[in-house]
Amino acid sequence: MKICICISNVPDTTTKIKFVNNNTAFDNAGVQWIINPWDELALTRALDLKDANAGAIEKITVVNVGLADADPTIRKALAIGADNAIRINAEPKDAYFIATQLAEVIKKEAFDIILCGIESCDYNGSTVGGMLAEMLAYPSVSSASFLDIQNGQIIVKREIDGGQELLGTKLPFIAIVQKGIAKEPRIPSMRGIMTAKTKPLQVVEAVAGEPFLSYNSFELPKSKAACKKIDPENVKELVNLLHNEAKVI
Amino acid sequence: MNFEFTEEQKMIQQAAKDFAERELLQDVIERDEKSLFPTNHIKKLSELGFLGMMTHPKYDGGGMDTISYVLAMEEISKIDSSVAVVMSVCNSLVNWGLETYANEAQKEKYLKPLASGQKIGAFLLSEPEAGSDATSQRTTAEDKGDYYLVNGTKNWITNANSASTYIVICQTHPDKKHKGINALIIDKNTPGITLGPHENKMGMRSSDTHSVMFNDVKVPKENRIGEDGFGFTFAMKTLDGGRIGIASQALGIAQGAFERALKYSKERKAFGTEICNHQSVAFKLADMAVKIENARNLCLKSAWLKDQHQPYGIMSAMAKQYCADIAMEVTTEAVQIHGGYGYVKEYHVERLMREAKLTQIYEGTSEVQKIVISRSLLKD
Repeated sequence: MKICICISNVPDTTTKIKFVNNNTAFDNAGVQWIINPWDELALTRALDLKDANAGAIEKITVVNVGLADADPTIRKALAIGADNAIRINAEPKDAYFIATQLAEVIKKEAFDIILCGIESCDYNGSTVGGMLAEMLAYPSVSSASFLDIQNGQIIVKREIDGGQELLGTKLPFIAIVQKGIAKEPRIPSMRGIMTAKTKPLQVVEAVAGEPFLSYNSFELPKSKAACKKIDPENVKELVNLLHNEAKVI
Repeated sequence: MNFEFTEEQKMIQQAAKDFAERELLQDVIERDEKSLFPTNHIKKLSELGFLGMMTHPKYDGGGMDTISYVLAMEEISKIDSSVAVVMSVCNSLVNWGLETYANEAQKEKYLKPLASGQKIGAFLLSEPEAGSDATSQRTTAEDKGDYYLVNGTKNWITNANSASTYIVICQTHPDKKHKGINALIIDKNTPGITLGPHENKMGMRSSDTHSVMFNDVKVPKENRIGEDGFGFTFAMKTLDGGRIGIASQALGIAQGAFERALKYSKERKAFGTEICNHQSVAFKLADMAVKIENARNLCLKSAWLKDQHQPYGIMSAMAKQYCADIAMEVTTEAVQIHGGYGYVKEYHVERLMREAKLTQIYEGTSEVQKIVISRSLLKD
């Protein structure tokens, strides 16, 4: 069985977001890049499965659509435990473009289980996994919070309103995973970091494809107003501010 | 000159940071208060390979350079120096000493389980009457033909209880003074070894520090490191590298306290504004930042020299003395910036201040480092 993890290279979640070129582009300066946290959890679950099903899982491959600046992030995935990596050498322009590129590689490599994070924490589109399933005509389970192989059968849990669904699926299939899929990401070991240098990172050229979307501009949320403290005895002032300033009553 | 870290070095730094924040931070105050040894934390740290990170992979180590070690030590020490000191003793003293000077049979038997993190080591040099003056060893290793008979007491031994393998510095030929000293590898379970009570320390309270008594302990001759009388040179050479570990630990303590003081100064208000806007606080922060930057550069230069196989003993003495002294200064100022909150445990800086003090004392006091530095300046 071969598992593929689709990983995005995203800014660290503590990054102070800034825009340049008249708010039309994200400012990369000084940004630390990481594996998208949802994708990292997916990788963690795949590694747990490999540990628990010795021999059943032949290899775990991470696939990324990105330029060479994504290589350190990909190497980290290899250090954590992925066996090999494929980078599709193209700027990840929009979800459709990314899914198109991933679909080509996934078809060629004949993976059995494909895991995507539920969203990437940069543009938060939440659409690549679903598009990928459509393009490949593979069964897919969204919002998966549990994935296991029991007696050779795939078991997936999916969050629904007020409860969970327990699903089985044939292979190959795509799981779009969310919180709960793994407890917490693994920390790479010294041995893992050393061996990551020598694990295969294959770079393939992108297939033809154009993005559907372009970004006109970005806007930061308005900064929160400072907290006002009002004397507990001064109810009149509180009502006045809620009515005239906050305009909530 | 290139100040950029490699991708591997950055990855190690991040791994150490993640480990410290995820695993160590949650109970560091409780362990400090109750003097609890971080058994589970050390197990996880060893599984990740941090205890033998600089040892060559052929001896089951991580094969990392000293710069990576400095970066990792700083990150761990920002949160918990009691864990960092275990890492320092294992890497800098025990594993490095064995890898550099032990024979192949000794490496196979003792270094491999240590470098892979299955076992913990301890370095036994200090004695009740021989701390800074390492030439005055009173612990004896009497030559009995096939074996040495060891008698004496070692003091302030880090990892004394948790370690399985001891490297013990002892005197075989008192008439030859320091040239009669040997370094022996001794299994902790050897009959005749007893431990004193856990030391109730001011700081680094969750590290495991005891005195160790040797009473007619038989040690096979094959456990001697190097030629007869090599022990003093072995100890001094090993301590040259050990200083890089403790310097990095002091740097981490300073950086940890600085980050907390900086954050607090942006949140705490006094006289109508955040206290960082008061020049008295802003200038303290500036002074702290400059000292830390200098300290980091000294650590990294020592590590770089060691990695380049150039002499690094003087630079590591400078790093140890400076980092330890500024750790004390920076942590004291961090407590001052926190005011009353700095004096209670939940804000961490009082603990960091207590930890900083030890870095000025152990593995060669700041005064001993100045002896090393000044002698090198004056020798010609």
